[in-house]
Amino acid sequence: MFRCIYKTPLFAANAALNLKKKSRGKMSLSAKDKETVKAFWAKVSGRAGDIGSDAVARMLTVYPQTKTYFSHWKDLSPGSAPVRKHGGIVIASITDAVNKIDDLAESLLTLSELHAFTLRVDPANFKILAQNILVVLATMFPVDFTPEVHMALDKFLGALARALSEKYR
Amino acid sequence: MVAWTDFERVTIKDIFSKIDYEVVGPAAISRCLIVYPWTQRYFAGFGNLYNAAAITSNPKVAAHGKVVMQGLEKAVKNMDNIKATFTELSTLHSEKLQVDPDNFMLLGDCLAIVVAAQLGKDFSPEVHAAFQKFLAVVVSSLRRQYY
Repeated sequence: MFRCIYKTPLFAANAALNLKKKSRGKMSLSAKDKETVKAFWAKVSGRAGDIGSDAVARMLTVYPQTKTYFSHWKDLSPGSAPVRKHGGIVIASITDAVNKIDDLAESLLTLSELHAFTLRVDPANFKILAQNILVVLATMFPVDFTPEVHMALDKFLGALARALSEKYR
Repeated sequence: MVAWTDFERVTIKDIFSKIDYEVVGPAAISRCLIVYPWTQRYFAGFGNLYNAAAITSNPKVAAHGKVVMQGLEKAVKNMDNIKATFTELSTLHSEKLQVDPDNFMLLGDCLAIVVAAQLGKDFSPEVHAAFQKFLAVVVSSLRRQYY
């Protein structure tokens, strides 16, 4: 028997609290989210190269359909030169985005055009790479990667993905 | 029927023997409720879910985390027939609990992150791939009885 949850006082109270937290736009980044992302990224940026490399390696291994975008590489195995190089490129762009977190759409215009017209990456893959980045962060920073940091980063990477998809159509 | 490689079988059993259900289960569920707050809609009866601290210390959330791990253990013990193993659970989630099945992978993603944090470097890309495949099979089996 399905109990109607909407009428329970606790549901209403939770809902009221959630409404108060609302900010403009599609799950847009709050000031706290931006702070959290910047603070965490400052902690981890020393290992940026490893993070990028591991994330790309994982993406190719765990979601092999993503390999279709890299048929021009000689070696797609974890730790290979092309994987490391590409991981570095990706993570550098993300670090750049963290620094321009207040205006992602504007600052990612060129990258968006690149992904839209030249690379033509299906935007669904942005989510896949994002999840892999989060897993890497969990393996490397298990204590610092709290649920709150996880959420802020998940939102940030989602916002990044949306900015990257801007020019697609 | 899902085709598991030897590596995948050994890896899945190894992961589940290494992780502490009492820690991983509660951590995964509370992370899901925090990171994807709309999933709280299914836990209205759990009391205080007002913020991350409340969720993490909520005993009903913790208890449910363990229930989920016990369910997953059934799949680990019956890797060659996860579909049949989860028929009843699928019906339960569909007809009684009325959970949007898109939520299953949200919990799956949180579980991957909690396990990754536990295993650190041991959660290599290959191990991660095996675990992700296992999660995909579990989610697919849970979706089966929806109509």
